[in-house]
Amino acid sequence: MASALYNTLVAWADDQLVLGHRLSEWTGKAHVLEEELALANMGLDLIGQARNLYQYAAEVENGGRSEDDLAYLRGEREYRNLLMLERPNTDFAHTMLRQFYYAAFMQRFWEALTGSRDERLAAIAAKAVVELQYHRRHSAEWVIRLGDGTAESAARMADAVDTLHRYTGEMFDTNADLQALIDDGIATDPAALRAEWEADVRSVFERATIAWPDQEPPIQRGGRNGIHTEFLGLLLAEMQSLHRAHPGQTW
Amino acid sequence: MTVADLGILRDVTVDADGTVIATLTPTYSGCPATAMIEAMVASALREAGYTTARVETRLSPAWTTDWITEEGRDKLRDYGIAPPVAHSPDPDALFAEPRVACPRCESTATEQLAAFGSTPCKAQYRCTQCHEPFDYFKCHRQFG
Repeated sequence: MASALYNTLVAWADDQLVLGHRLSEWTGKAHVLEEELALANMGLDLIGQARNLYQYAAEVENGGRSEDDLAYLRGEREYRNLLMLERPNTDFAHTMLRQFYYAAFMQRFWEALTGSRDERLAAIAAKAVVELQYHRRHSAEWVIRLGDGTAESAARMADAVDTLHRYTGEMFDTNADLQALIDDGIATDPAALRAEWEADVRSVFERATIAWPDQEPPIQRGGRNGIHTEFLGLLLAEMQSLHRAHPGQTW
Repeated sequence: MTVADLGILRDVTVDADGTVIATLTPTYSGCPATAMIEAMVASALREAGYTTARVETRLSPAWTTDWITEEGRDKLRDYGIAPPVAHSPDPDALFAEPRVACPRCESTATEQLAAFGSTPCKAQYRCTQCHEPFDYFKCHRQFG
């Protein structure tokens, strides 16, 4: 049976890879070159973080699998990423709101993990937290520009909140594997970061003139158990096609 | 410009049996140049006759732009890239850009065009005095 550490590292790696891949889909499509570079750069950071986590997971598993095996040769039901991250990009407002929801959480989560008793994980976190500072700032500024922008941009941002807010609750869930790591001082309880995250999001929403949903919608969850939306299968089919056609090929 | 100037080369040691070990630290988690830099250091060591030399990666402590040497900062400026500003504003403050001096005319009348540039470590700026666009090497360090 796979260890709690392996399972959790893979789930976190899946988060970064899936969102990183989503951001890469903007290449060639963004409204200005500068934003295309920003989206590609944030995607690159996330894929780099995913690699660090997959490499560590592969070592923990010690079963002869590589980071590429974990990324390219697992199916949809074996992926453990948060549902919010696999959702389609939809439009720039959805993409930036999702980025902000996630970065405002992950900046704090990585910061907490820099104090992990697991030195390797603490080192991975220390690199990631600095990168997430830029992701959070950049996406928060866009949430404000669009929310407090034109009637069109405000309507798109309101639609994005309506669609995505219900997915944010899954970020704060704990399962048996994560709880075991929390008890060992290796991981942080994400629920402990919720109040700070919400205060941050509320303050950005206020500047963006975006209304906080007055009724918390029911949380959409399932990704951590491998139960996904219909969108992940399509994402993996595209992302994994080259590796599955040419197994073991490297650059 | 060398990898030592950039703070990427952390250590070079010789172990008991004479093997040279160069220790590098990656800059950004996803920097595509990392693998290339490792390969070039390994090949430089081999060409210098250290046939058993190897390159190791060290993640912790995490790389920071504070490790760029004074000489490295001068070389960046000579190349047209503004080096990291030591006292950047609070990284969590929104719409607050660091005051960056133009690498060509030294004016601080500059503005940020984009928070990200051609590589993860840079932002795009423009000088409103000499009107030249330039790259700014972003400050990279954990605050707080």
